[in-house]
Amino acid sequence: MRLCMDFISVNLKSQMQYKMSFLLTVAGQFITAFTAWFGLIFVLQKVEAIDGFTKGQVSICYAVIMLSFSIGELIGAGFAVFARILGDGEFDRILCRPGGILLQVLAPHMDFVRIGLLLQAVLVLALVIPGCGISWTAGKAALLFLMVLSGSAVFFSLFLLNASFSFFTVESLQFLDIFTYGARDFGRYPFSIYGEKVLKFLTCVIPLALVQYYPLLYLTDRETNGFYALCPVLALLFLVPCVAFFYYGVRKYKSTGS
Amino acid sequence: MKAFKSIFLIRIINGLQYRAVAIGEVLMRFFWGLMEILAYAALFRMGSENFSMTLTQTVSYVWMQQILFVLFRGVVGDAEIYSTIAEGSIAYELVRPVSLYGRWFSQSAANRIVPTLLGSLPLLAIVPFMPGDYRMVFPASAGQILLFLVSCVLALGVVVAFAMLMNISLFYLTTHRGIRMIVSVTTHFFSGGMIPLSFFPDSVRRVVVLLPFASMRDVPLQIWCGTLSGADACRGMLLQIFWLGVLVVTGYAWMEQALKRVVVQGG
Repeated sequence: MRLCMDFISVNLKSQMQYKMSFLLTVAGQFITAFTAWFGLIFVLQKVEAIDGFTKGQVSICYAVIMLSFSIGELIGAGFAVFARILGDGEFDRILCRPGGILLQVLAPHMDFVRIGLLLQAVLVLALVIPGCGISWTAGKAALLFLMVLSGSAVFFSLFLLNASFSFFTVESLQFLDIFTYGARDFGRYPFSIYGEKVLKFLTCVIPLALVQYYPLLYLTDRETNGFYALCPVLALLFLVPCVAFFYYGVRKYKSTGS
Repeated sequence: MKAFKSIFLIRIINGLQYRAVAIGEVLMRFFWGLMEILAYAALFRMGSENFSMTLTQTVSYVWMQQILFVLFRGVVGDAEIYSTIAEGSIAYELVRPVSLYGRWFSQSAANRIVPTLLGSLPLLAIVPFMPGDYRMVFPASAGQILLFLVSCVLALGVVVAFAMLMNISLFYLTTHRGIRMIVSVTTHFFSGGMIPLSFFPDSVRRVVVLLPFASMRDVPLQIWCGTLSGADACRGMLLQIFWLGVLVVTGYAWMEQALKRVVVQGG
């Protein structure tokens, strides 16, 4: 644990060395997130409600997914460059050291500029929470927190899954981006609007609907069954096969020799 | 001119080496477009009368936007250009008897055209045959298709001329990550990459359509889906020509200026 902290603080310090560049990139992230939100509210202005959710509630969807994505990507940035880590022999060095493999892949690569995205999502949440027509209780606030937590875990797992494929293919599989960057973009609407098939897929295969759509039904009192509030916990299970797949890849790993 | 043509051809042959990547790209664009269309279909069911485009037009817009996604992208793998500046191999470029602006311009254009030919045009064979509402409808007249094609070429010119400004700014900056991110998102949003400009609130739209960003994607796509025709289409294209001229002249002059103070260190 202390090792982990050391890794992170060294990394943070090194990123802060180039202040201007760091700030510009954070600003870039911040603006990116804002255009996504404006795109959403411009379209929402044309309709009264969508699938029974008010505009504020749809914005909560957006913010939860954005927050989850940015946390998942901040922590999992090492996976984005994983193909390179395998290619240039860094992974061989990692395997030689006594220490967790995942920790060594992740800690040096954490990408703190994602804070820009995170800040924006928090800002949107603060803006829409008062007027979204949800009667807040302590339990519901906790549920919102849980949604973000589990959502981050799901996005983290998706990045991990993406990276694990690099063990087996030479080229990075761009197609898988649709489950990470795509899910971020499509998650701005409640997943139910994409129709039953997509919703089923996002419930059973990639459990993103479990952290967004179902708990939102509970938040808005459309479902009072406590099971809906526990969905995010269920989504955490997604981590298990992804981590297992990663270690399967590690076992099959042959060095590139560089 | 011949030199620029060969630079172009080399790129195309290079790109053809990676066919598996192209297939992945086609699949991704297809599902991306499909998801967007599913969302729009749901939104239109809630109340289509408030939208300034019909669902059919929106669907055609989304498919064409996916097909030409890379072509009109503000920031795309111009990595060689960045590293030329950062690593100093710019010195070699300067020795070559070809105008650097022209060379980078055609390189940048090729970087957009090649992936489009390989990764997106195959979609054109699928989307006109999608079932029901999800089908892409072709423009009614041949004239409209012709206007669309001309407008596409102009849009590509504006995109590349704008990207050139960013490339040149790298002479003055040490890192490009933040700048690239900001340019990428601004061009995407204000050119109608996120949502069609017609869905912007009226007051915002009136200003946005005049910006160079609208010339980068909005005009050809609107001509394609039939929301921009006749005199309006011509006005849009004149604006494209205007911005193309302004951006190229600015870029050219700025580059001359930048090259004068370039210091290449030995090594």
